[in-house]
Amino acid sequence: MQKVRIKFHIERKNYSWQIIYKYFEKLVNVMTKPQDIDVMKPTGQEFPKEKYDELEAFINNLETTKGALIEILHKAQEIFRYLPRDVQLFIARKLGIPGAEVFGVVSFYSYFTTKPGGKHTVSVCMGTACFVRGADKVIEKFKEVLGIESNETTEDGLFTIKDVRCIGACGLAPVVMVDGKVYGRVKVEDVDGIINTYRKQEEQNADKVLR
Amino acid sequence: MQIKSLDELYELRQESTGKIALRLHMGTSGNAKTIMVCGGTGCLASDSDKVIKNLELIIKARKLEGTSIVRTGCFGFCEQGPIVKIEPDNVFYVRVGPKDAKDLVDEHLMKGNRVERLLYEDPQKNEKVHTQEEMSFYKKQSRVALRNCGLINPEDIYEYIALGGYEALGKALTQMSRDQVIDIVKKSGLRGRGGGGFPTGLKWEITKSQQSNVKFIICNADEGDPGAFMDRSILEGDPHSVIEAMAIGAYAIGANKGIVYIRAEYPLAIERLNTALRQARELGLLGKNIFGTDFSFDITLKYGAGAFVCGEETALINSCEGKRGEPNYKPPYPAEEGYWGHPTCVNNVETFANIPVIMTKGAEWFATMGTEKSKGTKVFALAGKINNVGLVEVPMGITLREIIFDIGGGIPNGKKFKAVQTGGPSGGVITEQGLDTPIDYDSLLERGSMMGSGGMIVMDEDDNMVNIAKFYLEFTMDEACGRCGPGRIGTKRLFEMLHNITAGKATMADLDALKQLAYMIKDSALCGLCQTAPNPVISTMKHFWHEYVAFVKDVDHPRGEGRYTPKNKIGMKS
Amino acid sequence: MEQDNQCENKKTLNIQINDQKLTVPEGITVLEASHEAGVKIPTLCHLDLHDLQMYNKTASCRVCMVELLDPKNNRNKLVPSCVTKVQDGMAVRTDTIRAITARRMAVELMLSNHPNECFTCPKNLECELQSLAEELNVRQIRWEGERMVYPKDMSSDAIVKDANKCIYCRRCETGCNEVQTCGILSGIGRGFNAFVGPFANIPMVESSCTYCGQCVQVCPTAALTEAFHTDKVWEAINDPDKHVIVQTAPAIRVALGELFGMEAGTIVTGKMVTALKRMGFDEVFDTNFGADLTIMEEASELIYRLKNNKTLPILTNCCPAWVKFIEHQFPELIHVPSTCKSPHIMLGTIAKTYYAEKKGLDPDNIVVVSVMPCIAKKAEAKRAELTKDEHNNVDIVITTRELGAMIKEAGIEFERLPDSEFDNPLGETTGASVIFGTAGGVIEAALRTAHEWMTGEKLEKVEFEELRGMEGVRRATVKIGDQELKIGIASGLGNAREILEDIRDGKADYHAIEIMACPGGCIAGGGQPYHHGNHEVVKKRREAIYEEDRRKKVRKSHENKEILELYKKYLGDPFGDMAHELLHTHFEERERI
Repeated sequence: MQKVRIKFHIERKNYSWQIIYKYFEKLVNVMTKPQDIDVMKPTGQEFPKEKYDELEAFINNLETTKGALIEILHKAQEIFRYLPRDVQLFIARKLGIPGAEVFGVVSFYSYFTTKPGGKHTVSVCMGTACFVRGADKVIEKFKEVLGIESNETTEDGLFTIKDVRCIGACGLAPVVMVDGKVYGRVKVEDVDGIINTYRKQEEQNADKVLR
Repeated sequence: MQIKSLDELYELRQESTGKIALRLHMGTSGNAKTIMVCGGTGCLASDSDKVIKNLELIIKARKLEGTSIVRTGCFGFCEQGPIVKIEPDNVFYVRVGPKDAKDLVDEHLMKGNRVERLLYEDPQKNEKVHTQEEMSFYKKQSRVALRNCGLINPEDIYEYIALGGYEALGKALTQMSRDQVIDIVKKSGLRGRGGGGFPTGLKWEITKSQQSNVKFIICNADEGDPGAFMDRSILEGDPHSVIEAMAIGAYAIGANKGIVYIRAEYPLAIERLNTALRQARELGLLGKNIFGTDFSFDITLKYGAGAFVCGEETALINSCEGKRGEPNYKPPYPAEEGYWGHPTCVNNVETFANIPVIMTKGAEWFATMGTEKSKGTKVFALAGKINNVGLVEVPMGITLREIIFDIGGGIPNGKKFKAVQTGGPSGGVITEQGLDTPIDYDSLLERGSMMGSGGMIVMDEDDNMVNIAKFYLEFTMDEACGRCGPGRIGTKRLFEMLHNITAGKATMADLDALKQLAYMIKDSALCGLCQTAPNPVISTMKHFWHEYVAFVKDVDHPRGEGRYTPKNKIGMKS
Repeated sequence: MEQDNQCENKKTLNIQINDQKLTVPEGITVLEASHEAGVKIPTLCHLDLHDLQMYNKTASCRVCMVELLDPKNNRNKLVPSCVTKVQDGMAVRTDTIRAITARRMAVELMLSNHPNECFTCPKNLECELQSLAEELNVRQIRWEGERMVYPKDMSSDAIVKDANKCIYCRRCETGCNEVQTCGILSGIGRGFNAFVGPFANIPMVESSCTYCGQCVQVCPTAALTEAFHTDKVWEAINDPDKHVIVQTAPAIRVALGELFGMEAGTIVTGKMVTALKRMGFDEVFDTNFGADLTIMEEASELIYRLKNNKTLPILTNCCPAWVKFIEHQFPELIHVPSTCKSPHIMLGTIAKTYYAEKKGLDPDNIVVVSVMPCIAKKAEAKRAELTKDEHNNVDIVITTRELGAMIKEAGIEFERLPDSEFDNPLGETTGASVIFGTAGGVIEAALRTAHEWMTGEKLEKVEFEELRGMEGVRRATVKIGDQELKIGIASGLGNAREILEDIRDGKADYHAIEIMACPGGCIAGGGQPYHHGNHEVVKKRREAIYEEDRRKKVRKSHENKEILELYKKYLGDPFGDMAHELLHTHFEERERI
């Protein structure tokens, strides 16, 4: 929802009431929007014990846990694919540090995710080189085709769009990476094709299961 | 085997020379050939791995003996990747697809004919060029930090040793005092390549002078500058030079633990670095009593997790400690109080990569390159609206014009050059008038930009500069840690104002306020990231004021690229 | 980069601030030097409570920027004065247009992301951001734009968290994590959306927050405040069916005056009682009565545990924040604290039993209101075991600040009020109970009684000087007869953690330990008038507490006539069956989040 507000601008050097009245008349859209709060509810999803065991073994094998939080979170994300609340608490207890500290770190770094992503991650490089070669149009197209914003997952759980920092393939700009596969010199027209490749793959897999 | 003296290293070098003889054109043995295939991220992305696989299969099928395939690091000419070079014939192939493997083997290797269609075509002269040396992209370069990238197999320590690797470390440990090491680095005039340009020797000296039994040396490989990838290329192409330099630095400052803080988004660099570390340990070049001296040193890796601000050294140290990567106020500098409160020396990858050569070739040799206050070379990542995208290493003091037009091959599609952004989101734009300034740390600062880590984005007449400023501000706004008010709210407001301007909703008073805010943030933000964040705005306002005014006055303003869609980071984080 | 000079003797340095030339000791900051010079530099995130070892040096608000002059290189620059150390020959100007503009814009920016609802804000006229805006002459907010919009967290009975008002100064984080070591709060998110909150941004009530309120005490804005319950009090007072009893904690009487412009440390007991009576409370009782009762029970329990070789040490548990702390952080030590209820709960219980019987009142129609220096007491009164059978021991808890607001609301001119006395019988108190308000007081009061009971001799000198002091952890040995009692006193939960770790690891040989969650005790509680970083205020309140003790004729709890009467007529023996039923409670192990 966008609120309409009256925007006051008073030029510091020139206190003219006329100017103020002028602004009074000029209604400006202000980008005020309710924020989606990241209150993490318990997911209710139970993870198999082996996964926790694997994480625990990793922590136990560390030379020292002092300062190893980020390392452990990397490992946890590798094991669980994301960092649900329970896993964060598990790590906090294991290390004997407050949960808030773990969450503070998780929420600081963009590499860590607290929601399960889609089966395929479409990462659009938003580095400068890609930007000046039209990456913004490419990502818009992906959003349009999939009907989601960046960092969101499609309803069927297949795709997540991410805008990522420079992945260093500037020579191929603009670059899109789907899972590990890099697509270089992507044009807006290519987007449908890329998505369809993966959609088809899924259909084939589904067919196999049916047979 | 463990190397316990310099002589043992020399022996090993002797033994290994054979491995790279072909590449150095040191005597040919019959029909032996080496095929070098670029294994940098850029070329891998365009299937250089498959090229290697196909080459192997075909060579095996043709039963060609004496032909070896080497997966090297980045050649730098990413625009033309994947790149294949065949030695000792010195033929440089570009854009080699997996299907081209057959021709390479059948034509070049079997018959000795160059495959013309895979040769680079000089766009100015419209003729095929087959050697690296003849290509305008390489002509003006002098590769110091990148000396081994695209030459050796980064996963083979013997190749590095064959090229004189670890000699600098051996000499430093066995023949030099700590002060002598620092002295050489100081005399060389090497300055920090991560952006700040602080004299490296001085940093080492300060760290050395701290009274403490525990010290650390950290390699900053958290390369976050969008459009800069030289650190990654060095780590992927020549990891041993960084390891060796860290050991030298550690010896000089009195540290015996080193950390490489590397982006988790660089899996290949991490893998190669790990391989290199393992090999160095196996040869006793890391670990206890290196070169038989009482100096012990080892390196661990710490992974970043996606935060640009961690490139700032205090933030980096916080992140190494497993905390939120927020910067601290300096002083105390890390050299005084760093990792877990101990004196810590933080240097950038490229800085380190220069050290071993400086030690072996001498400070004087290094100081012959560059300008009075900025010695040596600098690697730039050339990208944007330019023909030859890639990594270039040039001596300081070269002009931007030479880089962009001679090396970079000018602007594609016959468009006009408009501006070049150096220093990434911390730098500013330089226009046509500035193209002939010899570039070094100070001249760039004078022009309202900065060296930064070496990103160089070229823009042509189609690019709207307000949009460019907005793009950079969006980046810093997203990456600002939020610790200080000007950084947290200021960058947001700057971005919003720029957005309003491009949306045609701003007034001239807004432009004034924008300027005031930009200078205020520059003045009072906590760390380098946000202090330099307004630079794109300030410099574009200086050079392209009319484009700002055009938006406000609503007269036929240049159509900009890019459209802002508000993002909601915390809520939608997934 | 400056090299550290490792000098033992502190040198003096010559510096210049504005036009003044000064000689200052090495190692101080520009801010401190300016203070010496009589130059005021505004601050916001800076907090220096050296008595508590609480320093917030994030240098993040950028409100204290001054211009560091370097005319030679033409490189004047702005530096934050709160963390910039003086250097020899340094020249600083605090009054240049560049510095002043930067400071004003720093506040302007914060206001642009602040719900500017000062009129209705609980911190109106107490807000440090608000006064800065006035001080720095902010007359406009030029940047309209996106604002943080987070819902208010009203989940707990004690603390309200309004993240939209968070200016990210991190004082609360320092207080919670470094001083109190609870680790509930952390910076969350990054960049514009960053704010301070608990794990996974869960409601405070789900976190292991102790509600000690130290975060509230240091928060410069209203991002963290107590939950307000004044309306409920007015409602009860105006309900003709209800018999409304109010009780005031010992620390209120030495701090309430501050809210009416009185000097810190002014004792306003009489005026406070008058005000409460004028507000319409039916009876004005004194929590000190409950404190005396607590001593009777605690001293008995101590002697019982000593004689019968039961768990030692005994830990006092008058402080609900501390109780919650041990439940969350040291569940394995849950059997160590005394089982006594806290003083105001005891008084509430007695009011609804003994007093109700005596007066012939239906306990259900009695409303007990506690005025506490504390936020945690709000949550304590709602604890399940203290509200069982839908029968609250204490119904409403308000803080000192809330009482001040109610007095103002009622139009009472506090400064001009005459004195009056507490009502009987639950207003009869001793000096021993007054010192409950400061750290070390509970144990001193208990020893006054235990000493006489154990030795059978009269204690002539009631002041135990060895138990008094501002340190966070104080260890003392007190000789009682032929027995030497090892006493530990910790105020501040960080200090408590030290002692608890020793106990857990079997390293401690204490007999009795007093722990208060707030550094300095209840006088520095989270519900007290804001000290705004000035710890002298707390020291003055402490002096006043001891002064009030000295003024009392009866200074030992077991000599309180009404207490003795209560035991004789109703409770039986201290630590006896009836006392157990009414005056003791239990704790439970809780999860640490």
